[in-house]
Amino acid sequence: MIVVEGLHKHFGGFRAVDGASIEIATGSITGLIGPNGAGKSTLFNVIAGVYQPTAGRVIMDGEDITGLPPHDLFHKGLLRTFQIAHEFSSMTVRENLMMVPAGQLGETLWNTWFHRGRIAREEAELAKKADDVLDFLTISHLADERAGNLSGGQKKLLELGRTMMVDAKIVFLDEVGAGVNRTLLNTIGDAIVRLNKERGYTFCVIEHDMDFIGRLCDPVIVMAEGKVLAKGSADSIMQNEAVIEAYLGRGLKNKAKAEAEA
Amino acid sequence: MDFLNAIVALLNFVVIPATSYGAQLALGALGVTLIYGILRFSNFAHGDTMAFGTAMVILVTWAFQSVGIHFGPLPTALLALPFGIAITAALVLATDKAVYRFYRRQKAAPVILVIVSMGVMFIMNGVTRFIIGVGEIRFDDGGRFIVNANEFKKATGLAEGLAFRSTQGLTILTAIIVVAALFWFLNKTRTGKSMRAYSDNEDLALLSGINPERVVAVTWIIAAGLAVIAGTLYGLDKSFKAFNYFQLLLPIFASAIVGGLGSPLGAIAGGFLIAFTEVGFTYAWKKVATYVLPDALAPDGLAQLLSTDYKFAVSFAILVIVLLFKPTGLFKGKAV
Ligand SMILES: Nc1ncnc2c1ncn2[C@@H]1O[C@H](COP(=O)(O)OP(=O)(O)OP(=O)(O)O)[C@@H](O)[C@H]1O
Ligand SMILES: [Mg+2]
Repeated sequence: MIVVEGLHKHFGGFRAVDGASIEIATGSITGLIGPNGAGKSTLFNVIAGVYQPTAGRVIMDGEDITGLPPHDLFHKGLLRTFQIAHEFSSMTVRENLMMVPAGQLGETLWNTWFHRGRIAREEAELAKKADDVLDFLTISHLADERAGNLSGGQKKLLELGRTMMVDAKIVFLDEVGAGVNRTLLNTIGDAIVRLNKERGYTFCVIEHDMDFIGRLCDPVIVMAEGKVLAKGSADSIMQNEAVIEAYLGRGLKNKAKAEAEA
Repeated sequence: MDFLNAIVALLNFVVIPATSYGAQLALGALGVTLIYGILRFSNFAHGDTMAFGTAMVILVTWAFQSVGIHFGPLPTALLALPFGIAITAALVLATDKAVYRFYRRQKAAPVILVIVSMGVMFIMNGVTRFIIGVGEIRFDDGGRFIVNANEFKKATGLAEGLAFRSTQGLTILTAIIVVAALFWFLNKTRTGKSMRAYSDNEDLALLSGINPERVVAVTWIIAAGLAVIAGTLYGLDKSFKAFNYFQLLLPIFASAIVGGLGSPLGAIAGGFLIAFTEVGFTYAWKKVATYVLPDALAPDGLAQLLSTDYKFAVSFAILVIVLLFKPTGLFKGKAV
């Protein structure tokens, strides 16, 4: 369970996050939506330790994790993906995935030289795991491709794959579906549901695609201008006047109405 | 015309000295380029790190010699090398804790870190001179030549002698071993891969659980090792003088930048490029020309393109020329 209390993040005088309080229940797939520039990614960045908050607290399972550096949060099981896909461009896709489970044996100078056998075994297991993840994401044929050469959508898949390399507790997905075609989007949706059911991942998902949000997420949190505007089930959010005003627009409401009447 | 003598003269005065000088530059530039790739600033203190490390190696060498420890035909300094590296690594790590880490936490701009490294440079500069003095020190012992000029003349009957000093051979051999070990480390080991990952995309590395402080520490240790090895080889080959190491900073940086800052392969290519051009431009070609050209065309003067006083200008010129055509260096480093 993640509790965000009264979080502020200001850039100069600009309030990107302006006193947002949210809760993400363990085991849920929580949606986070809102207009461009609402402060969603900034909120993720503060939770994930990339930015120090101007004010406010982040609490994970009762522990105050405000301002902890990203690699510490990683080891606590808090992972996130980037809105603009990141990758280690000079490494292969498989190597990219194998970088993730940090804190492995080979990571001290000493072990590098003196525990070669054990390291080799660990590396083999990791490679196997990476290949399984690539299989799951239907991109095994790209395993040996340099990550820098992937298409935008493939990089998004790699972002998701990264979170599957370890046993995460909570994963923050920042528009994993953006720039990904419909079938792939469904694959990603299925992957999220499966990870949630089978491996107990909690998710917080930013997405602009309302179908995707409606299919996966409960509850949905709406942000606008750095503040939380509304929270509730996907259906109730789509009926919410304030949300329609700030984000969804009339078209959707009419569609929803038509569906309701039909 | 006498091609054999010309080739021997060329080997003797250009190829062999430039190769060993190039190897020394390459090792120095590798340290600079690694620091740049990981810590993202140009470390001006690298030359003085080399001087400090070499001074430590010399002190340990003297201690060994005074108790009668020698390394057979090889210089005793090689035995002292690990100790010099350990002391220098400790100093550099302490400097990082005391100085650089503060600025890293502040997320200081690279330019600020460069100036900070200049401060560190001046301090190291003073410390080294305080410990070992400003004079010139020769500390090579063991066998002097792999190929001796007089014996070579006798054996081949050529007019030109070929001298291949053991320090030159040692430099080249050590450089090959060190570079091979470094590349194996960076490409095959977990720690090396985390370094590459961190250099490639810091944000992602952090969010993948890579501990930045550890990566930084390992980088400093490796850079210190490279600096001490490069400095010691240079000192064995020429001689040790603190000021010379300060001056070496220019060709070393030129090598790293020409090759592409942040690219280890580039540092090596840059080192040899700078070394060969520098030696080529400052060598008096009269001898070689006299052997190769018909008498009528033989040069009257020294046929030297530049006086050795201008050797550092060569580094600068190459730097400017390469950056004009390839702003990121030969091997696509990060933009400067
Ligand atoms: N590092 C920064 N410096 C200054 N302003 C920033 C910074 N990062 C974000 N902002 C500003 O904060 C606001 C919120 O940005 P954010 O990226 O959080 O929006 P978002 O809700 O993720 O939008 P989108 O749906 O377009 O991704 C924007 O107006 C942006 O310009
Ligand atoms: Mg965003």
